Amino acid sequence: MTFFFQNLINALQWGSFYALIALGYSMVYGILMLFNFAHGDIFMVGAYIGFGVATGVTALASFGAIVLPKWLILVLTIIISMFLTSFVGMLVERLGYRPLREAPRASAAITGLMIGIILETGNLALLGAQRVRFPTLIKSETYNISGVFVTNKKIMIVVVSLMLMLALHQFVRRTKWGMAMRAMAFDFVVVPLMGVPINTIAAMTFAIGSALAAAAGILFGVAYPVLDPYMGIVFGWKAFVAAILGGRGSILGATLAGFLLGFLEIFVAMIFPSTLRDLIAYSIILLILTFRPHGFFGEPYSARLRL
Amino acid sequence: MLLSVENLSVSYDNIRALHGIDFQIDDGEIVCIIGANGAGKSTTLRAISRLVPVEKGTKMTFMGNDLLQYPADKVVSKFGISHVPEGRRLFGNLTIMENLRLATFARKDREKIEEDLERVFDIFPRLSERKTQSSGTLSGGEQQMLAIGRAFMSGRKIMLLDEPSMGLAPLLMMNVFDALKQLNKEGTTILLVEQNARMALQFAQRGYVLENGNLVLQGISEELLANPEVKQAYLGG
Repeated sequence: MTFFFQNLINALQWGSFYALIALGYSMVYGILMLFNFAHGDIFMVGAYIGFGVATGVTALASFGAIVLPKWLILVLTIIISMFLTSFVGMLVERLGYRPLREAPRASAAITGLMIGIILETGNLALLGAQRVRFPTLIKSETYNISGVFVTNKKIMIVVVSLMLMLALHQFVRRTKWGMAMRAMAFDFVVVPLMGVPINTIAAMTFAIGSALAAAAGILFGVAYPVLDPYMGIVFGWKAFVAAILGGRGSILGATLAGFLLGFLEIFVAMIFPSTLRDLIAYSIILLILTFRPHGFFGEPYSARLRL
Repeated sequence: MLLSVENLSVSYDNIRALHGIDFQIDDGEIVCIIGANGAGKSTTLRAISRLVPVEKGTKMTFMGNDLLQYPADKVVSKFGISHVPEGRRLFGNLTIMENLRLATFARKDREKIEEDLERVFDIFPRLSERKTQSSGTLSGGEQQMLAIGRAFMSGRKIMLLDEPSMGLAPLLMMNVFDALKQLNKEGTTILLVEQNARMALQFAQRGYVLENGNLVLQGISEELLANPEVKQAYLGG
């Protein structure tokens, strides 16, 4: 039983990463019917921006320019990096996807993949091939709760992730911008007739998704402090799977599916050799999608995209 | 003159839907455009709302402003040109209240918004009983009421209505048209397009007849109702 809880904690942590990234995928897919295949790389960019911000703030603090406790540096890093990465997302939307709004969906998908490659190689060109080390902002502490070992980092990661998801949920439910996003997911074409500037809403959706990916990147950096330019690829694909599994545009769906992926991976690895982990875990996902092709909360496509 | 449209041409995939039509609407009027399915009626409204691109040479002005300078959302929020689209196109995943609130997205006059909401529920009491229900659960008539209420909330200098009578039982249709008449009395100009020509001409003061993308006839409603060609083609002989 302790073994189970031990793995549960790990699954929650991995699920948090997947869910945070999947949300960005799902929201963009929801309102623009577009898979932003560069999203995994935005997670990577977010992690690097986080690295830059954390390193910068730490350096300032060590010179005595500012006096800050480490946990506050982490909070600042998360907030500043989310803010900065949101502009990366808006730039990707403005330059990459907006000109293709009327183009076939395949063009947008290819563009996304190209943007991803540009971000990866751009990073490579900028920082070189060696991996960078995310600064240690939290001193690791391990608690023994009746045989289950929990680190403060894992608790922090799960709690921060859940808080961000809850904040997103409230934003989408309660604000007029969130309402506009939901309306766009239902019927893109007539939303301008409500006086809603759809380009603003599209840019905002990319900004929010990218900010969440940046948060995931930093949390990942806290747990696994080695960053490399290709770290976003596998995360991107897995979060994409989670977004599909959750159902088009569903926030709850993407969150649950992200956690489910985390659970499947960890628990499959618990039973089977870890080399078979993804094979078995994603076969299970495939099986679920066979029976629920629209995901957990997706509806058979009902809204009209044309006049 | 409130709205002036000159030489309006629209093409879809190189097929011309409108061949340079001209018409004007004065402040406070009720005007209808009648025509068969595919004549270009909906396209006309969508062009005014800037939902579809127009061809070179088109001129559209609203209260002296060049409409072509503005994107679709500004046409609504800046000028108060509201559009009830064909098939209503409600947001079925939002509640009735949310559908109405969304239409005020660009408005800043908070107190007036609350007043206007009251007014909508006044005109359509059936909506007020179901504020928090999803709009997907409404009947056809209620959907049309909400679509009109939503347009009312977004702006009401002029309301463009695309087939408001479609799919409604006669009694509900009367309700809807009565409400529109009321809004018109309060200052909203109305341009509606209808396949139901008799209904439209009885409701409007003036009408245009659209055939294959050309305006072929115009006049005050009584004249058009009495016109033998109109009778033959649109009023069932």
